[in-house]
Amino acid sequence: MTIFTEIGRYLLMIKGMFSRPENKKMYWRELMHQCVEIGFGSLGIVAIISVFIGAVSTIQTAYQLVSPLIPKSTISQIVRDTVILEFAPTLVCIVLAGVVGSRIASELGNMRVSEQIDALEIMGIKTKTFLILPKIVAALLMIPLLVSIAMVLGIWGGRLAGVSSGIISGQEFDSGLKLAFDAFNVKFALIKGYVFAFIISSIPAYYGYYVKGGALEIGRASTKAVVVSCIMLLFADYILSALLLNK
Amino acid sequence: MIEVKNIQKKFAEKTIIQDVSAQFKTGQCNLIIGASGSGKTVLMKCIVGLFHPDSGEVLYDGADFTKMEHDEKTEIRKQIGMLFQGSALFDSLNVEQNIMFPLNMFTDWNLKKKIDRVNEVLARVNLTGVNRKFPAELSGGMKKRVALARAIVLNPKYLFCDEPNSGLDPQTSLVIDKLIKEITTEYNITTVINTHDMNSVMEIGNYILYMYQGVKEWEGSNKEIIFSKNKKLNDFIFASEFLQDAKDMRMLEQAGKISNVRNMDDLLSKENPHS
Repeated sequence: MTIFTEIGRYLLMIKGMFSRPENKKMYWRELMHQCVEIGFGSLGIVAIISVFIGAVSTIQTAYQLVSPLIPKSTISQIVRDTVILEFAPTLVCIVLAGVVGSRIASELGNMRVSEQIDALEIMGIKTKTFLILPKIVAALLMIPLLVSIAMVLGIWGGRLAGVSSGIISGQEFDSGLKLAFDAFNVKFALIKGYVFAFIISSIPAYYGYYVKGGALEIGRASTKAVVVSCIMLLFADYILSALLLNK
Repeated sequence: MIEVKNIQKKFAEKTIIQDVSAQFKTGQCNLIIGASGSGKTVLMKCIVGLFHPDSGEVLYDGADFTKMEHDEKTEIRKQIGMLFQGSALFDSLNVEQNIMFPLNMFTDWNLKKKIDRVNEVLARVNLTGVNRKFPAELSGGMKKRVALARAIVLNPKYLFCDEPNSGLDPQTSLVIDKLIKEITTEYNITTVINTHDMNSVMEIGNYILYMYQGVKEWEGSNKEIIFSKNKKLNDFIFASEFLQDAKDMRMLEQAGKISNVRNMDDLLSKENPHS
């Protein structure tokens, strides 16, 4: 299958998602279920990653700022902007591509292989709308929220590491956070969050939904889904940065 | 009644089904039989709309399914129940939730009414006390019965069964066959069964369609199949020497040369009088 066929089929899948639900209550229930799976299911790993990213950023920034002319509050400025602009949205979403993406691909792949999707089709249920749309909407709702949490926890982790290792005092760190703060950075991070959420939910859904074969193919589809999602995510990261940060 | 007319289906220039026509009558068990790769599953998938045939018509009580709009197809599909080869139960839902799923989706009944209906169909397939169990906790035969219960929960007009006996022991297969037969006559359903289980063919085959390399090779009833002169059909049905002998005995009995071959026990005693 050529790449153009795959892109065409992916776009047709996206188009096929938008149809009238048979029963709004069931779709709402499925959406809530996916929100819990994607949001709360990933909260732990997001929290751990964010705190450590922030902590490592503080220590490494302090290590590189050797000049006594540069005030220590610069450390927190750099940590803040790095965490908000890149680490919280991109790194967290790369991890989520693995956690959420592989789960979506393997869940749909298993449903396809065990004829559960066919069973839904026979019942007269629009499977793309019922199975894929709630996952994408849930990702769009929860992943920007996880990115926001990652921003806060990342900066807090940086402060914790800075203060506990004696690199910077809490007061200096806090004053640095307020210096030259640009609210657009947060907006930019959230835009990235939405774009990445769409990528890491729709691409694995595509690979899972169209899987053919058995258990081995589900594994392959899951791996391919994560790899392609990560590549697309980095590509989107570059495009968004070039478009929105190029002053 | 379901009628298929001149159905043709190709995959990548390879013809899988060629010009197949058949009538599946209401209140009967209609069997599609054939060797693996003969196109029977593809034919069934064309009938239920999982595959779109390249040409031909699939008529549900006279209405052509292949030419229907999506919403019209959905209406027909609400009247279809299907029992899949692997049962296709939803892993994350328990038995009760699995059977209740179509009710949740397509009815506005209250919870009590839905639970009552679930218990009713579970009792119909002779399963009780399994409401809270998950598919992984059930045996193959129980899974099939739960899947059958889910297929009939909305009182379908049409029931499709894809290899209902695959992976089951002969005794459980007979139970499933009997259930399908009873449900078909009780609810006056048009049942189409895809099988290569010879017990099913002999026990419940009111109408049998034999497929050979994508073509309809023979059609008739379980009463006629034993006397068929079609070599391909005979090679398929009476693949073993034992079954061929059974057929010969039956034909001799029919010709009046021997008498009273009523079952396999009789046949065995006639073949081995000293055993």
